[in-house]
Amino acid sequence: MIPTVSDTEIQTDSRLARCFERCRAQQRGALVTYVMAGDPDLDTSRALLEQLPAAGADIIELGMPFSDPMADGVAIQRAGQRALKGGQTLARTLDLVRDFRRQDDRTPLVLMGYLNPLVRYGERRFLEAAAEAGIDGLILVDLPYEHGATLTAQARDLGLARIPLVAPTTPGERLPALLAQGDGFVYRIAFNGVTGSRALDLDHADALERQVIALRRHRALPVAIGFGVRDAGSASGAARIADAVVVGSALVERLADEGVDAALALTRELAKAVREARS
Amino acid sequence: MREFPDSNGFFCNVGPDGESRSRYGGRYVAETLMPLIGEIEAAYDAARDDPEFNAELAALQRDYVGRATPLYFAERLTEHFGGARLYLKREDLNHTGAHKINNALGQALLARRMGRNRLIAETGAGMHGVAVATVAARLGMRCTVYMGATDIERQQPNVQRMRLLGAEVIAVTSGTATLKDAMNEALRAWVAGVDDTFYVIGTVAGPAPYPRMVRDFQSTIGREAREQILAQTGRLPTALIACVGGGSNAMGLFHPFLADAVEMIGVEAGGEGLDSGRHAASLNGGSPGILHGNRTYLLQDDDGQILDAHSISAGLDYPGIGPEHAWLHDSGRARYVTAKDDEALAAVALCCRLEGILPALESAHALAEAGRQAASRPPTQSLIVCLSGRGDKDMKTIIDHLVSEENRA
Repeated sequence: MIPTVSDTEIQTDSRLARCFERCRAQQRGALVTYVMAGDPDLDTSRALLEQLPAAGADIIELGMPFSDPMADGVAIQRAGQRALKGGQTLARTLDLVRDFRRQDDRTPLVLMGYLNPLVRYGERRFLEAAAEAGIDGLILVDLPYEHGATLTAQARDLGLARIPLVAPTTPGERLPALLAQGDGFVYRIAFNGVTGSRALDLDHADALERQVIALRRHRALPVAIGFGVRDAGSASGAARIADAVVVGSALVERLADEGVDAALALTRELAKAVREARS
Repeated sequence: MREFPDSNGFFCNVGPDGESRSRYGGRYVAETLMPLIGEIEAAYDAARDDPEFNAELAALQRDYVGRATPLYFAERLTEHFGGARLYLKREDLNHTGAHKINNALGQALLARRMGRNRLIAETGAGMHGVAVATVAARLGMRCTVYMGATDIERQQPNVQRMRLLGAEVIAVTSGTATLKDAMNEALRAWVAGVDDTFYVIGTVAGPAPYPRMVRDFQSTIGREAREQILAQTGRLPTALIACVGGGSNAMGLFHPFLADAVEMIGVEAGGEGLDSGRHAASLNGGSPGILHGNRTYLLQDDDGQILDAHSISAGLDYPGIGPEHAWLHDSGRARYVTAKDDEALAAVALCCRLEGILPALESAHALAEAGRQAASRPPTQSLIVCLSGRGDKDMKTIIDHLVSEENRA
């Protein structure tokens, strides 16, 4: 018998749960857009963030810049460096969240990044500040479940979802403990590699689909597919398999190369692909 | 005494109440790597207890690396300082010119045992890169070395040497283009090559089991030194002195003496001085945090962003330190001091003139502190200094500095 968390522990009344409920009612997948906080500067970042929901982003992942992003490819590394150069800090990222929440109380906001800035800020203090600012969940790349029990418990107390990452290498025997610490949704990494380093391999979509189904059997959480979603084709392919599709590097690149309007145009294009994927 | 690290890879300082006061180490890596790290740990634990593995490692260490290395009484340096007797553990006499090959050989044999035929490594000064490229050639394995573009510039002979040995050297331009960025890039390559690649980490840092595994492979330094000093003087030494960047030569020397009444002094790179902000002294000028898979002391700003390290020696130019050193520092079992760039340069010159030995700039930091210690202690005491590598690779840096000094004079 696979140990799972009882249903009472799962947060049902949250922005994330309501978002997935809306998408399910519309019989479509959710589009998750990743942007780096403060890239290339605070004002641009704020402007993009505020317009993403209208362009079709169902959930926003906000990257917390870190000097040494060891699981990220070039696009997100550079975005982080631009943000840090512009003076972005964890405190300013939370300010950005507060600004966003003043005009949007519906779109789930998830922070993604590395542990060290949180440790420096004070983990407990950070979680409280994030919850107060209007954050819904956290994706921490370098915090495996083996070291995550305390932080997960604190996050749950505050109504923050700790969104677990599952890799292609993750064996079945890790899943029960890994997913037991998860809330919100499960982030399934599409391939072994850093963010944005490859495109989603749609020729092997069947295998990925089987793994997504296996994940849902372990724990009744929505599954998002991320890494390698670059265009309408890959977004549509991923949306047929999973409950949500994450686009990161492609959006960050578009912003860097062509600016906010172009990034929003890509968001609209991907949102359309995700919405039409199952029809 | 409890054995550390524990099963989660932590080195803990436990208070009298049994509660953990501070802990260092762990496995803070992306999920993609977690299963592989578990496999490496299991394979390493099995190899450690396998007589065949140990026999092959010992034979190669003897016939290929040239171990045991001598413990050499530095008579003229001792005379010069007029105090405690100085003994040099001559790791510079190893094949490839530094202690790095002790670990590279051990990990490469483990990789082969696991059926992984592609080795990747990060390197700062190039000594670890050369060691890995060398054992890859010897064992018929493929090898890619990640090296910061800044370091490639200042360590050209080692870059050429790695290429000659058949390794691919990849210039890392991200971040500050030094050792920490090379390590980031190697970790990224590992995630992408998780199916066939073995990451040979060059120091006692990274996710568990690396700090323990590298320490064990390097502990041959301390085991030999302990036997040698007992044979030569009939007593244990008063103190051990070694330079620390990540801290592998120091950990290798210290570990076999942990249960003995022997002082341990680690020497961090003081760069242009702690007050200048341009240094690589994580323990003396940093604070605890998480980087490269482990919790340890780091150079970082108030926002938890990692700061640039600075040292004249590329091998010490790293903003972190192995977690076992962080643990020994907090518990007070070892003491960590600093030596500055100019002190290391002066130690190079002195060691050349008095002993006819050209030490690596890294090792020269230990020699600088050894001079201070020797001068303040009586001749009844003896100090073992780890001469971790030879200085041929540093000739350009050394000459440039000595010439500019002469010009100033």
